[in-house]
Amino acid sequence: MAFENRGKPAVEKPIKDWRHVVRMVSFLATASATLVMAFSKETKTLVVANIGGVPIKATISAKFQHTPAFVFFVIANGMASLHNLLMIMAEVFRDKMFNNRGVHLVMIAILDMMTVALASAGGGAALFMAMLGKNGNSHARWSKICDKFDSYCDRSGGALIASFVGLVLLLLITVHSIIKLLNHPKPINNIDITLP
Amino acid sequence: MTKTTRLCMIMLRLMAFGATLSAAIVMATSHEKASFLTLSFEAKYSHSPAFKYFVIANAIVSVYSFLVLFLPSESLLWRLVVVLDMVFSMLLTSSVSAALAVALVGKDGNSYAGWLPICGQVPKYCDQVKGALIVGFIGLILYILLLLLSIHTVVYPLLFQKA
Repeated sequence: MAFENRGKPAVEKPIKDWRHVVRMVSFLATASATLVMAFSKETKTLVVANIGGVPIKATISAKFQHTPAFVFFVIANGMASLHNLLMIMAEVFRDKMFNNRGVHLVMIAILDMMTVALASAGGGAALFMAMLGKNGNSHARWSKICDKFDSYCDRSGGALIASFVGLVLLLLITVHSIIKLLNHPKPINNIDITLP
Repeated sequence: MTKTTRLCMIMLRLMAFGATLSAAIVMATSHEKASFLTLSFEAKYSHSPAFKYFVIANAIVSVYSFLVLFLPSESLLWRLVVVLDMVFSMLLTSSVSAALAVALVGKDGNSYAGWLPICGQVPKYCDQVKGALIVGFIGLILYILLLLLSIHTVVYPLLFQKA
């Protein structure tokens, strides 16, 4: 047993590392962004016309499914929070799952990068769509919708902010994973891996 | 870094530079005027913040690619190139996604919000934006390939030692 442990770094307790805390916060942020956007719905009943004393009501609603950008946002943040959860579990059970050749560092770094790209795409699309809904676009004659549906706008704005917080934290972790990959110590073992 | 890897990397980076530069230029020169029932309708890329973000992001990435083309092979800055490649591919993904979302609203409209599509009035502008988005997407794919290649080049010798 002593010969196996010679090249390994010191085993840290799972919760005391700052990376685990940051990843947990990022998981909470992306999960809350997904849930808040998925459950934001607002319905309004307007009186459209008044014919002979009988008011005609029209019900209009604002849901996240109306806009494909928000659907993509929900899906991307859901996958990002799932990835964060998987990585937390992989770091807690690291000793049982990997035999510390360095492959798990590459896998974690690449998966982190893919998730960052996906989450940033979702966040970017939803941000510009929300800006369009808030300000309208006078050149294209698109009117803003936030003055009618302010609670829907507030909730999706909050989901966007949470998603960007989670994205920045995930970016920090990804950069740290890549730096760890670049500074990985050479494996000290008696077995030489001969490349083809 | 072996010769073939370096050649591969230079070719990929040249193609990525070309793709991002042309995406920025094609989007920036899209401009059309149309008159529609006494209303004069002008469509430019600067009317929409998402398209402005697309042009700026692609311009930044093309300048960065141009500078990295001249990096010598044994410099220590390759580790910085790996990290910066990742950050810039994230920027590119976000810009293509945002421009695509707004262009989709312009093409199909959004009936729930009462937004009418504008592609019927300015078809040439729509085609140019579509072309810029396709080229931007190609540049994004090339950048992701470059990122994987950089990681492979810088990281592979560190993890596995030859006998």
